[in-house]
Amino acid sequence: MDFNHTDERQMLADMVGRFVTDNYDIESRHHHAASDVGYSQEVWGQLAELGVIGALFDEADGGFGGTGFDIAVVFEQLGRGLVVEPFLAGLMAGTILAQDKNQQELLDALLSGQSVVALAHGEPGSRYSLSHVETSATASADGFVLNGNKAVVISGDSADHVLVSARLSGAVDDAEGLSLFIVPRDADGVHVRGYPTVDGYRAAEIALHDVHIGSDSLVGEQGNGLALLDKANAAGTLAVSAEALGAIEVAIDMTLEYLKTRKQFGVPIGKFQALQHRMADMMTEREQIRSAVINAAGHLHTDQRDWHLSCLKNLIGRSGRKIAEEAIQMHGGMAMTWEYAVGHYSKRIVMIDHLFGDEDYHLKRIMTLGSAA
Amino acid sequence: MDLNYTSEELDFQQEIRGFFAEKLPESLSAKVKSKKRLTKADCETWHAILNDAGYLNAHWPEAFGGKSWNAIQRDIFDVEGSAFGAPRVVPFGVNMLAPVLMAFGSEQQQQHYLPRILDGTDWWCQGYSEPGSGSDLASLKMSAVREGDHYVLNGQKTWTTLGQYANWIFCLVRTAKEGKPQQGISFILVDMDTPGVEVRPIILLEGTHEVNEVWFTDVKVPVENLVGEENKGWTYAKYLLAHERSGIAGVGDALAGIEHLKHIARDQKTDGRPLAEDPLFSARLAEIEIDLSAMRTTNMRIMQAAADGAPPGPEVSMLKIKGTVLRQSINDLTRRALGPYAMPFVSEALDVGFNEEPIGPDYANPVSADYFNHRKTSIYGGSNEIQRNIISKMMMGL
Ligand SMILES: Cc1cc2nc3c(=O)[nH]c(=O)nc-3n(C[C@H](O)[C@H](O)[C@H](O)COP(=O)(O)OP(=O)(O)OC[C@H]3O[C@@H](n4cnc5c(N)ncnc54)[C@H](O)[C@@H]3O)c2cc1C
Repeated sequence: MDFNHTDERQMLADMVGRFVTDNYDIESRHHHAASDVGYSQEVWGQLAELGVIGALFDEADGGFGGTGFDIAVVFEQLGRGLVVEPFLAGLMAGTILAQDKNQQELLDALLSGQSVVALAHGEPGSRYSLSHVETSATASADGFVLNGNKAVVISGDSADHVLVSARLSGAVDDAEGLSLFIVPRDADGVHVRGYPTVDGYRAAEIALHDVHIGSDSLVGEQGNGLALLDKANAAGTLAVSAEALGAIEVAIDMTLEYLKTRKQFGVPIGKFQALQHRMADMMTEREQIRSAVINAAGHLHTDQRDWHLSCLKNLIGRSGRKIAEEAIQMHGGMAMTWEYAVGHYSKRIVMIDHLFGDEDYHLKRIMTLGSAA
Repeated sequence: MDLNYTSEELDFQQEIRGFFAEKLPESLSAKVKSKKRLTKADCETWHAILNDAGYLNAHWPEAFGGKSWNAIQRDIFDVEGSAFGAPRVVPFGVNMLAPVLMAFGSEQQQQHYLPRILDGTDWWCQGYSEPGSGSDLASLKMSAVREGDHYVLNGQKTWTTLGQYANWIFCLVRTAKEGKPQQGISFILVDMDTPGVEVRPIILLEGTHEVNEVWFTDVKVPVENLVGEENKGWTYAKYLLAHERSGIAGVGDALAGIEHLKHIARDQKTDGRPLAEDPLFSARLAEIEIDLSAMRTTNMRIMQAAADGAPPGPEVSMLKIKGTVLRQSINDLTRRALGPYAMPFVSEALDVGFNEEPIGPDYANPVSADYFNHRKTSIYGGSNEIQRNIISKMMMGL
């Protein structure tokens, strides 16, 4: 075993980290988040040029990374800056597009930052279930017709294409019968309602009313959608967990710094043992989370993937929330303000609990999967 | 011991239910139940209705026009009010300043200010905290220098809740620099229209304007606005804090929060079944209900031990910790109950007049913002760490 990154991967991490430190302070972050599309196209372009999107994909697909560790180091650094550019959407959609050689052109556009593709899978009633799809696809003379509603589509209002999961056959929760279709966002019958999320990102409700698409819109094999979604979901789970780790690091660093400088009762508040012990617990939990990220990243392509991902995501929900809340508490009133950054880190950490299954969802999955081999 | 209500208490409960059913405007309870923002006018409307009915100050001693309600009556009023969706009373005048004036104010101050608190002429805010003085409140620096028949005030208060609506502020100020910091503090009442007072907004992490900075530059305040004696303000300040904390358990709010959460859990589905039937979720909810059931009795026990009009002792710190943590855990579980719909947040949708379709279920939008906003409750009113210091020092001699 070896717990060091390869030189190349360390360089990747350092490069993204440096970009974030140099170009992405909290004010510019808020500025990007408040813009029409909810991110900076300039920054997105720069990061694409630096190869940060490419690092998330395999060489065979036009990238130069694509392992769990590549995804983890990139998203950890993005989390340190609360970066709002559409990396998560890109990772998930790209992971699916990469499974179909006919989609290489769009994938190339995504990797180069020319295109933003969102995965429109979740539905108003699906919660965290992967197979719950009511949206229907029916075969037409020259392709398919889509009907249904998609919920909380991350980056759904700024994407030029949406990758829609829909059912050609089977009942609502069946594992069989799902397929994926690529749809231009401005296609007739696609209604996008964008909105901000409480932690400063953007998502959308997407209604599909008789959306006619050609047969070349089918991505992957017909009826094999769940397998593709499962891959994207796994990559996404790892990515947001690593992102949470990055945000946790910053929240802890800020809190520690505050404890050393904020004085009450004539001493820095860090002198109070009541706070010291909790700071020590936060540090310990951070290292536990880092280890869980390593475990999950290393198993992204093994048969123990789901077990490790669920361990990780449960920890993010459980310990991550604790850290987010403690970071606020130990700052006192200061952390409750918009102006001071730590609250925004806390918001992101807690909201990641609502992506790809929360603490309890993953606890139950661990109980079902049993012990790791 | 008898856990049954007496017939008087049952009658009282009927009376209170009748009042809320008849007098609480539907427009207000609808806002409270759907967690919309209340406007200044909403707060004033409710304040006036309570005052007309004599319930605004029912917890005041009879000598000051109250009804000397005991702990059981207060509990009934609190719980029924929350169940009906009554707005929270803005506490700074009626629950915080008034007890101080009754105990330490001059007769003239009592006669002048107490009626104005009741009839809504004055909206008070609390000028305790300063940028450098939060938990260590006694280190406060804002100065009041006596010049003839005036004090001249200079300095800054911060975190002033609803200061943007207030026309009066009670302030802790430094009138002496010698001796222990506690010995040089005075308690003074300031008309916010006085030249030199400036209110600047602070926006909270979820985007609301709830607190403010209040700046004082050469503000002239007549000496008769001093409460009690000069340099004795610390005693009054602590007396006020004990009253502030006495309503803090928030039993009614917690019960209403649990009802709301149950409603959500019946509506949300997981694995094709209502979330309410999910064993993990139910276990978490059950734990909260266990704590709340005990806390309701703890609250009444502690409040009953306090004499008429007097604040409870250091035991109230236990209520502050339990009450805030419990409601925070309800906020947390409510957030989780929503699944992915915890993420969308359209701030404008909290204002009346927003007519667009909700995103996701109609109860979803305010939930996460509420969860983050309520992190404040373990910070203000003396942080929960400070409450633990009080318990270990004052109650256990550690
Ligand atoms: C939303 C909101 C509304 C408020 N409204 C008002 C208002 O209307 N009027 C008003 O005057 N004030 C108000 N406050 C201020 C509030 O009372 C203070 O925030 C509080 O007293 C804590 O002070 P601080 O924020 O300076 O934190 P600090 O005192 O700097 O504390 C930072 C951290 O250190 C901890 N700490 C400090 N001392 C100790 C110790 N001895 N042992 C262990 N831990 C310690 C604290 O518990 C906290 O976790 C409000 C605050 C908020 C957030």
